Amino acid sequence: MKHTNFLRPLAVVLGLALGLPAQAGTYDITVDKVRIDTGTFKKNGIGYNGSQTPTILHFEEGEDVVIRVKNNLRESTSIHWHGLILPFQQDGVPGISFNGIKAGETFTYRFPIEQAGTYWFHSHSSFQEPDGAYGAIVISPKGGEAVPTDRDYVVQLTDKHPHSGSRIFRNLKASADYYNRAQRTAQDLIEDAGADGLKAALQDRKMWGAMRMMPTDIEDVQGFTPLINGASTQQNWTGIFKPGEKVRLRLINSSATTYFDVRVPGLKMTVVQADGNDVKPVMVDELRIAVAETYDVIVQPREAKAYSIIGESAGRTAMVRGTLAPSEGMVGPYYKMRPQPLLTMADMGGMMSGMDHSGMDMGGMDMSGMNHSGMDMSGFDMSGMDHSGHDMSGMDMSGMDHSGMNMGGMDMSAGTPVVPSEGAAGAAFYAPGSGLIPTAANGGKFLGYEDLRARKPLYRDRPATREIEIRLTGNMERYIWSIDGVKYEDADPIRLKYGERVRFKFVNETMMAHPMHLHGMWTIIDTGKGAYDPVKHTVSVAPGTTLYTETEVDAPGQWAFHCHLSYHMAGGMFRKVIVEGGPS
Amino acid sequence: MKKLLLGTALGLPLGLAFATSAMAEVGVSPTVWGVRTDKLEYRMGDEENSFAWEFEAWTGNDELRLVWKSEGAKIEGGDFEEMDNQIRLQKPITDFFDGFIGIAASTPDGTPERYYGAFGVTGLAPQWFEVEAALYVSEYPYLGAEVEYEALLTNRLILTPSLEVSLPLADDPAREIAAGGGSVELGLRLSYDLIGRSVSPYVGVNYERAFGGTADILRDHGHEVDELTGVVGINFMF
Ligand SMILES: [Cu+2]
Repeated sequence: MKHTNFLRPLAVVLGLALGLPAQAGTYDITVDKVRIDTGTFKKNGIGYNGSQTPTILHFEEGEDVVIRVKNNLRESTSIHWHGLILPFQQDGVPGISFNGIKAGETFTYRFPIEQAGTYWFHSHSSFQEPDGAYGAIVISPKGGEAVPTDRDYVVQLTDKHPHSGSRIFRNLKASADYYNRAQRTAQDLIEDAGADGLKAALQDRKMWGAMRMMPTDIEDVQGFTPLINGASTQQNWTGIFKPGEKVRLRLINSSATTYFDVRVPGLKMTVVQADGNDVKPVMVDELRIAVAETYDVIVQPREAKAYSIIGESAGRTAMVRGTLAPSEGMVGPYYKMRPQPLLTMADMGGMMSGMDHSGMDMGGMDMSGMNHSGMDMSGFDMSGMDHSGHDMSGMDMSGMDHSGMNMGGMDMSAGTPVVPSEGAAGAAFYAPGSGLIPTAANGGKFLGYEDLRARKPLYRDRPATREIEIRLTGNMERYIWSIDGVKYEDADPIRLKYGERVRFKFVNETMMAHPMHLHGMWTIIDTGKGAYDPVKHTVSVAPGTTLYTETEVDAPGQWAFHCHLSYHMAGGMFRKVIVEGGPS
Repeated sequence: MKKLLLGTALGLPLGLAFATSAMAEVGVSPTVWGVRTDKLEYRMGDEENSFAWEFEAWTGNDELRLVWKSEGAKIEGGDFEEMDNQIRLQKPITDFFDGFIGIAASTPDGTPERYYGAFGVTGLAPQWFEVEAALYVSEYPYLGAEVEYEALLTNRLILTPSLEVSLPLADDPAREIAAGGGSVELGLRLSYDLIGRSVSPYVGVNYERAFGGTADILRDHGHEVDELTGVVGINFMF
């Protein structure tokens, strides 16, 4: 196999600065219709600079950039610089920051590069991003990388689907489970009946059926081919190393809807950066990268052999393998996908509060059909349930408060920051008992938000001036997504005041995880570390959980704020944020 | 020919709606559309064979959908034994149910045409039953109800039992119908999703039976009261 173009990830830089130490670099990007070939299917898509291999822009901190974007499509386009702090008119969101780039037009972006790190860019117009309109941004810090490495590669993941983005959205609207091809079948029922008894298996089905929800509703778009830097497993993107070298992998999740669990079997990954901001190095075996997040990890392969970079979708419906090898043409081993997880009642926590309970007999709910193994129900208050005659022996009910049961108000964190519980690595940002809590393939350390600690505080720590509650809501059956029960088109903007520090309380009332992205300003996740809390641009809110973030409102203008799952965003989980006032 | 014209007339508003369903800007939910057949099949009976269909084409957004629902059966080399078309406006009334109003035309060969105002609900009941119930209002009103369940043998091999009931509320002798004399159609179809969910061939059985006064009229006229057919068909969804 010859895929030489995939082997030069750093090659696609157009109009690199004049060779001067980056005072004003001019870059050209064309937006083109391209033919995409994943090895398993071919389709028409959109690409930058005529290629399905994502363009990588290399900037330097302190540089003023001029980026000319020529739209060769027959429709309007736009480029949003994901994670970059810039004047809002340059942010590239049609209808909020500018009017978009019409067919045939060239738009010139100009902004100063005030930060360093790994970011990415993508179209913010219709479904062009799922169709392929994305690229990577690497910004070198002024004083050099905090942790220097010998090699430096972008590893940009995506979920390339044979259907176009608009067709996927249409199909989801016609039938929300259209792409869920990992549903529970008659065979599962027989297996469950064998394992737990027929009665329990039927009770379990009855419980989910009563809610018209599915424990397999983890990835609402399946059937895609994941790619690394535009290459599928067969096309095998390869990064070259010499044994003993330190290799920096700039992981970027540019998927339309897919969370990936990333690992390099046989190597530890040292996480040094999250969403462009340096973090205190933390060594992990595996990490979950939500849609739109970036993580820089450093690996040090010592043997002269091919190592695999494995991206396995969180719902375990697809996997991609890239390779790190001492020479081209080598292929890392492929691994079997792990079993598909199932949602539990814990993941439904928030859902139930938004639900109409009439007609749903919670009192008669027999929980014995649930798989309670390894499920910590301590966060639950279940006194309203009929426990008589049920075998609850597999359940850890310690700490359960039986007084005044209220499944609806099940708030996992009750106003306090989420603190990691011992022995539950990576689990602090999941509901207790969640079926989504990831574990490392080798049984080792799995990264969680609680492990992230800013290398240097970006802001001085101060109390928030006010709190805004953001309820993530939706109707899965109709494939409608919203915030506080209101879709974007019907919603008033969120108004912030320049200079304030806002605390956001995210309450996920749906059964899906949502990577929430605020444009223009940083999002500090409250992990209880004060000034050292990690600073991000995208924060994933797991089902059944409440999560707190804080934002220093330091960017005047109008900004987009939305779930980064393309079809949730299109379905209405989106807000305009207006920052009033400005520096005097 | 008349049938084709009718189909075109009903299809036209939908076609126009599709044409305008351009993608909206990001964050604003676009107008979408879809077509799905529930039956598209060849029925093999004791005496005659026929071709039958049931499909739905729709366009709209989260608040309102325009739906064209068509159902019919044509005897091989003969008449349209059944020909029902509805245009309806469908609006969410609960998380899982839409209410609808519309007009329905029943125009099979050899009997007088009937037009109705249609009022009903359609949606997903607990335990995954797809249900629809409607009142068809005219000089010859009737109640119609449908229930369908998809049992996944695997994620591609799907067994679908279905039940369709119609209960006339007034005599309509010209169409061999007596008030209270309902008819029932039971189906059991085993389908396989060949290409995603867009192409799914199937085999199955279909059983129709008339009851009460309607059955009496049929018997008096020397017609069969029930009919069992084997079916082969292919469903599309796009
Ligand atoms: Cu979302």
